[in-house]
Amino acid sequence: MAKRKSDVGTLYKGSPGQWSWLLHRITGVAVILFLFAHVVDTAVVGWGPEAYNRVVGVYHNWVVQLLELGLVFAVLYHAINGVKIMIFDFWPSSARHMKGIALASTIIFVLCMIPITIIMGNTILESAGVF
Amino acid sequence: MAVEAPERPTPSPRDRSRGARGRERPGGGFELWSWLYMRISGLVLLVLAVGHVLIMHVLDDGVERVNFGFVAARWQSPFWRTWDWALLVLALIHGINGLRIIVQDYVRWPGVRFAVDMAFFVIGFALFVLGTVVVFTFDPSQWPGTV
Repeated sequence: MAKRKSDVGTLYKGSPGQWSWLLHRITGVAVILFLFAHVVDTAVVGWGPEAYNRVVGVYHNWVVQLLELGLVFAVLYHAINGVKIMIFDFWPSSARHMKGIALASTIIFVLCMIPITIIMGNTILESAGVF
Repeated sequence: MAVEAPERPTPSPRDRSRGARGRERPGGGFELWSWLYMRISGLVLLVLAVGHVLIMHVLDDGVERVNFGFVAARWQSPFWRTWDWALLVLALIHGINGLRIIVQDYVRWPGVRFAVDMAFFVIGFALFVLGTVVVFTFDPSQWPGTV
């Protein structure tokens, strides 16, 4: 029997919360997938300097450095949005200020990302040979 | 005469109860421990993971300065070995459990769901073993002159 539309759910159209929910999920998956690779690349340190230095040399590539900026974005977003979730979960009455808290966490995230993007962006542009 | 529209739509009973009771949380058992673990480990990871990322990837030339000698010098200190190991364990469990929750949403057939969960669990356990062995057995004195 075919499922009715209500059984599989419809698009949630409530608040900006749906976007932070999605971004929390995407950044979480991105970080754990990176961690899988990162444990292995770090383990190469047990095979000595030649092997390890060749592996971490990958990070000198500007495309990889761009992904690295994405990683920092993901970790930081997931962390700050996670704090927001904990505030709502442990102090349910804070839900009255949901919009304000959500806005504040977004502003904190953006303010953190500005200097980080400048610092890492400089390295990326250097590696790409722009200057 | 037109009836004046209310400024906001009346909240549905579900919205009202949400306001009063907060977000839904598991009633008990494993799912409640999982819920609690995600939040407590999340708080610790806020320091361990964000700190790690800032130190290794942003500040002081970031990953440009990381090489064998850097790791060897860093892991001379039991503090950083402990930090890195705690980060490894907490992040792996947090991440694998997160994947399990996502799989619940998108993989509906029980057999496939179990297989996917097990695959992530086995990968996580293997990486836990690999990471633990490396963090605690790494000895740069095998390669003199590198530190």
